[in-house]
Amino acid sequence: MASAREMRLRIRSVKSIAQVTSALETVSAAKVRRAIAAVNATRPYAEKSWKLLVHLARQPGHTSLHPLLAGRSEVKKILVVLISGDRGLAGAFNANIVKDTLDHFRNFPAQVSYIAVGRKGRDMLLRRRREVIAEFSDIPIAPSFASLSAVGHLVVDEYLQGRVDEVYLAYTDFHSMVKQDTVIRKLVPLDVQYADDRVVAYNVTHHKTTSVFDFEPDDSQILSGIIARFTELQVYQAILTSQASEQAARMVSMRNATDNARELISSLQMDYNKARQQAITNDMLDITGGAEAMAAMTKTKETA
Amino acid sequence: MPIRCEVVSQDRIVFQGDVDIVNLPGLDGDMGILPNHSPVLTLLRYGVISIKTKTDEQFFTVAGGVAEVQPDQVTILADAAENVDEIDIQRAESARKRAEEALAKTPQTATDEYLAIQAAMRRSNLRLDAARRFKSQKRTH
Repeated sequence: MASAREMRLRIRSVKSIAQVTSALETVSAAKVRRAIAAVNATRPYAEKSWKLLVHLARQPGHTSLHPLLAGRSEVKKILVVLISGDRGLAGAFNANIVKDTLDHFRNFPAQVSYIAVGRKGRDMLLRRRREVIAEFSDIPIAPSFASLSAVGHLVVDEYLQGRVDEVYLAYTDFHSMVKQDTVIRKLVPLDVQYADDRVVAYNVTHHKTTSVFDFEPDDSQILSGIIARFTELQVYQAILTSQASEQAARMVSMRNATDNARELISSLQMDYNKARQQAITNDMLDITGGAEAMAAMTKTKETA
Repeated sequence: MPIRCEVVSQDRIVFQGDVDIVNLPGLDGDMGILPNHSPVLTLLRYGVISIKTKTDEQFFTVAGGVAEVQPDQVTILADAAENVDEIDIQRAESARKRAEEALAKTPQTATDEYLAIQAAMRRSNLRLDAARRFKSQKRTH
């Protein structure tokens, strides 16, 4: 058994671990709230933009309207925007999103390249020798739309330049503090069928009117402006959602770590107390044993 | 029949309610929207949206965006929007001063930066003008 001193040191170190993890838990809890507030704040705009996009995509003859709405007959190269976190200590958050994404595209009949949002995802992709064409990291909690429009801009650019034929978005959707799951969906070209998918069901309310819009100044000008912007917004929203999920995952895993540390402390404390008591008992036995031996010795001397 | 009007910017709902007339700063000129307007999709320029009900008139600055007009609803997706009554004139003024100084300092060759500052300048000018015109007008009523 370890000495009492060693055990005291262990208890102290586990205590300080518990302190750190519970501090991280508190910080993450605050960040979850901020990230969720940011997601909720973008929802009205995103919902309406999505509605408008779907509506535009369903206009008769939409394939001739805008290349972002028009699918390509042959898909040779695809791009995946993989959204992960910059830091670990978030349970299986980063591992899950990367694993799910890689599984999803394992047997994909096209060449796959990635844009990594978040350092952890980038590292894991590079370790597996995937092609990463761009990386975005050090994103603050609840970033402004302007500071992240570059991600969406790059996506739109890559597609319009013809370097890729489809773009997918892979991120972690936030359901609750304890439930987050991976969502992989096609971002570009806009797939109108996918509007029925449960994934974005909350985003979709169909227009009552089937009327065709007048466009001012003209349709191509409006569409090229707004479709690109709305695509960027979808990326922005995915990043915010993923942030909420990451912080929630971190909070839960830190809470577990704190609980485990507390349990460990109490069991160590019990062992330590036992060891200490054992040591005292041993000392007592030694003393009484010694005293008895002394007494026996003097007795034999006297009789001699 | 009132029109359902919503002004939404990327980070919040700026206005939501049933109104009678909406005036939009369209790219090709102002548009007055009354109920049963034909469906239109239009780009907006920098300008002021006015929203009228029978009893009230409200003004909003908008820094570009898109408006979707349906017979019974108007949805404005603004790149940035603000109720004129929320604008603090003093702060708007100092913001314009800062933009002016930055504009003077930046060489025109730094295109991206120059354009960004120019946009900030236009925004602050718009806010200031709108606040002066419409905020004071409200007070005299």
